[in-house]
Amino acid sequence: MRKQAPNVEIDLSALQRKDKGAFARLVDAHSPQIYRLGLKMLGNEQDAEDVLQETFIKAYQNIESFEGRSKISTWLYRIALNESLMRLRKRTDAQVDLDAGIETDDGEIIPRQIVDWCCLPEKELMSHESRQAIQRAITALSDANRAAFLLRDVEGLSTREAAEVLEISESALKVRLMRARLKLRELLTEYFSERMPESTP
Amino acid sequence: MNHQHHTNCQDTIQQLNAYLDDELDPQLCAQLEAHLESCTDCHIVYNTLKKTIQLCQSDGEEVALPADVRQRLLASLGLGEVDDTE
Repeated sequence: MRKQAPNVEIDLSALQRKDKGAFARLVDAHSPQIYRLGLKMLGNEQDAEDVLQETFIKAYQNIESFEGRSKISTWLYRIALNESLMRLRKRTDAQVDLDAGIETDDGEIIPRQIVDWCCLPEKELMSHESRQAIQRAITALSDANRAAFLLRDVEGLSTREAAEVLEISESALKVRLMRARLKLRELLTEYFSERMPESTP
Repeated sequence: MNHQHHTNCQDTIQQLNAYLDDELDPQLCAQLEAHLESCTDCHIVYNTLKKTIQLCQSDGEEVALPADVRQRLLASLGLGEVDDTE
């Protein structure tokens, strides 16, 4: 099952007094998830570490503005995603319609790759090479769809929580999630179908 | 193999996400399941979509925060020497 941030008791008033012990506990409870989100959003360790540091520096500086209406994890994910998106925008390789290929002109999504690769052994599906292919597929999503997918399916947030992090409606979140999942399925099917023992006609 | 693009198949694809998330109306669920039983292509899309999500989850679970990254994070926050065991 998906790993979520452990349900650590957060003493908001201690955090807002800038109590270092309370902040260290917050960091330890949430840094693995924030690092993973940065890594999967940006695709490399150095950027993930930069996002991780920036997220907690901003959280420390702005903790007074956190009113406790949402979960603190929601607030931290939002800071981390904003940092990630800012870095992605600075990259020179501008994004050009990365989700193209499975959508018709009227926005309908049509699966093209029909090969059942689920029978491949788990060892093959989760090999080092396969995990690199999974990361390439995640990177190939548009930033908006990637963020929706990572929050819902990798971080395990509910639709409502993920929509809250991204500050979009739940229905908009669901559309992004559907596009992301179908695109990933398409890309992983391309990859794994070549690894089937007998090539499917 | 080409996925025959029937109306039922289009509906199924549109509803697969809600179905996977247990958010589909029970009546539509029954219709979708009946379609999956009879349409090999949609059944494959469903299986591989479910597996895709599962693999990405497993891949995410393998990611750990490296000890040196944690140390540098604590240092950048001035928390390197804090005793947080209280």
